[in-house]
Amino acid sequence: MARIVVDPITRIEGHLRIEAEIKDGKIDQAYSSGTMVRLIEEILRGRDPRDAWAFVGRVCGVCTTVHSLASIRSVEDALGITVPPNAELVRNLMFCAQNIHDHVVHFYHLHALDWVDVVSALKADPKKTSEIAQSISNWPKSSPGYFSDLQKRLTKFVESGQLGIFANGYWGHPAYKLPAEINLIGVAHYLEALEWQKEIVKVHTIFGGKNPHPNFLVGGMACSISLDDSSGINAERLAYVYQLLKQAKEFVEQVYIPDLLAIAPYYLDWGGIGGGLGNFLGYGDLSTSSYTDVQNYKFPAGAILNKDLSKIHEVDLRNDSEVQEFIPHSWYEYAGGDGVGLHPWQGETKLNYTGPKPPFDHLNVEEKYSFLKTPRWKGNAMEVGPLARVLVGYASGREDFKEVVNSTLAKLNVPAAALFSTLGRTAARGLESILVAQWALEFYDQLIGNIKNGDTRMANMEKFNPESWPANAKGVGHTEAPRGALAHWIVIEDQKIKNYQLVVPSTWNASPRDQEGKSSAYEAALKDTPIADINKPVEILRTIHSFDPCLACAVHLYDEDGKHVSKVQVL
Amino acid sequence: MLTETSTQRKTYFEELQARGHSRRDFMKFCTMMAAYLGLQSSGVAQVTEALKTKPRIPVIWLHFQECTCCSESFIRSSHPIVADIILDKLSLDYTETLMAAAGHQAEEAMHKTMTEHYGEYVLCVEGSVPTGAVGVYCMIGGKSSMDILQEAAAGAKAIICWGSCASNGCVQSAKPNPTKATPIHKIIKGKPIIKVPGCPPIGEVMAGVLVHILTFDTLPALDGIGRPKAFYSKRVHDSCYRRPYYDAGMFVETFDDENAKRGYCLYKVGCKGPSTYNACGIIKWNNGTSYPIQSGHGCFGCSEESFWDNGPIYERMVNAGGFGIEENADKVGMVALGVTAAGLAAHAIATNLRKRNVVDELIAEGKQSEHELKND
Repeated sequence: MARIVVDPITRIEGHLRIEAEIKDGKIDQAYSSGTMVRLIEEILRGRDPRDAWAFVGRVCGVCTTVHSLASIRSVEDALGITVPPNAELVRNLMFCAQNIHDHVVHFYHLHALDWVDVVSALKADPKKTSEIAQSISNWPKSSPGYFSDLQKRLTKFVESGQLGIFANGYWGHPAYKLPAEINLIGVAHYLEALEWQKEIVKVHTIFGGKNPHPNFLVGGMACSISLDDSSGINAERLAYVYQLLKQAKEFVEQVYIPDLLAIAPYYLDWGGIGGGLGNFLGYGDLSTSSYTDVQNYKFPAGAILNKDLSKIHEVDLRNDSEVQEFIPHSWYEYAGGDGVGLHPWQGETKLNYTGPKPPFDHLNVEEKYSFLKTPRWKGNAMEVGPLARVLVGYASGREDFKEVVNSTLAKLNVPAAALFSTLGRTAARGLESILVAQWALEFYDQLIGNIKNGDTRMANMEKFNPESWPANAKGVGHTEAPRGALAHWIVIEDQKIKNYQLVVPSTWNASPRDQEGKSSAYEAALKDTPIADINKPVEILRTIHSFDPCLACAVHLYDEDGKHVSKVQVL
Repeated sequence: MLTETSTQRKTYFEELQARGHSRRDFMKFCTMMAAYLGLQSSGVAQVTEALKTKPRIPVIWLHFQECTCCSESFIRSSHPIVADIILDKLSLDYTETLMAAAGHQAEEAMHKTMTEHYGEYVLCVEGSVPTGAVGVYCMIGGKSSMDILQEAAAGAKAIICWGSCASNGCVQSAKPNPTKATPIHKIIKGKPIIKVPGCPPIGEVMAGVLVHILTFDTLPALDGIGRPKAFYSKRVHDSCYRRPYYDAGMFVETFDDENAKRGYCLYKVGCKGPSTYNACGIIKWNNGTSYPIQSGHGCFGCSEESFWDNGPIYERMVNAGGFGIEENADKVGMVALGVTAAGLAAHAIATNLRKRNVVDELIAEGKQSEHELKND
């Protein structure tokens, strides 16, 4: 049995390390570890609850906005603040912009190179590439000349010997199955997506003043609607937003989805690999009326157990026996000991590092081995993310979800069971992007409609003054981050934060084993993943990336004696 | 000379040509960079010449306790050529976020740069270093971030601290700073250190700092605490388009009130522009689309040291120097009496209402233009 160490050598936020054992060409056991901690929850203690969104926004600058959104909702929930409809819609628009941005960047810049061979693109026939491109999409940049120029540029790039961001990939690995022409399309759109990504975020800049880390406000949004002032949200600003949303929809429909559907048929075997837990959790979001009106969520809430799509379980974030966090394998200590699980309102965040002193080669996975706690829903390990959202929508009988899922299954000629896989996870991300891009325009129309009807309210400041608050209050705020279900729990006492706990998507997916030795989503999905070449385990990269780890991470490989074999990049 | 390096590396211009860019693209890039650097039109030639002839500076970019917002901001930099050349090719020999190589190959690349270009590479750091508990709060590949930083800093010609984490510790160093998050300048001594604070810094500012180093063979002029003067010498308050309202004592009293819709000054709802040095009001964000104050929220001073502990975000600054309405004739007496901040506030409300009434009266009289209003 070979010992594998997956380490976050590319040093991103979330610093992920995975250790695993390989037996008979497959992963037998995997262990996921987070190796960086900042303890923002402790820093929040005693601070003004209205400021929390800014602190927790800094949890992640990649999925920027989602923590701020969950935070202001938790405070509004605790204090009983009703948010004006326009602010709800602006928040929804910011949600949509973030979701689409994140998914497109993930597909092209973080995930595509697991499937697209850049070097192979050099051998493509530009004319044939153009024919394929035009057969799958109306996207205008598809002439033979366009691809020919790109190929020349790429050839010069490769011949320079300086491969830059494309250096050291597994180019030529037999696991790459795409024809050269589709590889060339992938490279072209990799570059186009890099250009496009800085545009869609301007929706955040218009409403929140900047991106990354736009501003939010407890009670609404700070960007007043003022059709008669150059500072406010006026016709020019609204037209700008519309333009950006329209471009985003075009990019999703004419570039992202056609590419996804062109690539997938060559990798249908991945519809049977990387399935993992089979338990899925979504808190839901994007209401057409009010965030508190769960029935009108575009993303419905619910839980699915054991791949059983006939039953959607209700989820109650306030029930202290549902969401709980455990620490038997986490570098923390609870006053009640390692055996208990705590609902976030009772959550504790006291560090207790018991791992090896750096520098070290291995973690002791029998003991504590991560800075992530282990969340469970009614004791179950749950997967969160686009696949969970799409499955909950599908199983809820929602027509829009059924349409995109069924048409995609039909196009690829695969059964619904293929959804429970690495390929399904990657496809679900694209499918929800189609929906989110459509919904964004609906929310935009709603906003315009409100303004036309004379409602220009953007913030409810009635309870903004802490003197109006009760002595004790607690709340929970949730959203659906690009990577999955996200919630923040807050306890307020005497106008200050008494306790603040975040349970984030990566905690659900990347956490260590629980008290019963049960794996969380990453560990479960990696189990049984076949590894054809231990020195080039592109298979691991595909499954890990299907969860959308924030950015690059890397894999260190060791043999059974713990001797270094090689290290693997995760793009 | 800062860019005195191996002559084998291609110049920016050669690279651009190799990448299929035209001379026109190149000139556009130079013009933009000159503009960001605050140069007169004659400066464009200087930038152009530098980029045509200077070899590339190797850059190593490390990530520690951070949220990656700095890298994200960097790739938002608006000019396409910035993305093309600075991101993936020109000077970034090693960047964990953007390069394909990782793991062993990435470490090899870093060590290659560290040895072959010892003393000439620029080290960029995103994130703070936790010094608590022998460094276990940020470990990469089984090593502590402290060890990694020390090793990489040894051969660096200069260090750029991207963002507030590396410059002043940012959010994780806010009280009680449980992991002992520490900014780079408190760990590394004897190296030129450029702080580019902000949470994150503006993308074009980040690009501008790099291009300044390349263009002029020098580090940009720094202020007393190590920030480039080009981008951090002006208070947000002094470059604020809402400043006239401050001076006139016309304030937003609460978010989304009538005064907010009129774009009045955000000082009373907590704007920290009067104590914040940054270029947000001038360069703005995301290709000049907007900036926090323009979008109705006060500046909360994210480029200032210890800004997370400088009072609640929505609390009015009580010690804002040079309070604008002091400049008004009707204010002088108040200052002479040494009124408290609360007194000033009450006065400001009164002034605000009075001025509003005057304006309303003038409008009611049917005045059509600013000119007419002024002449009254």
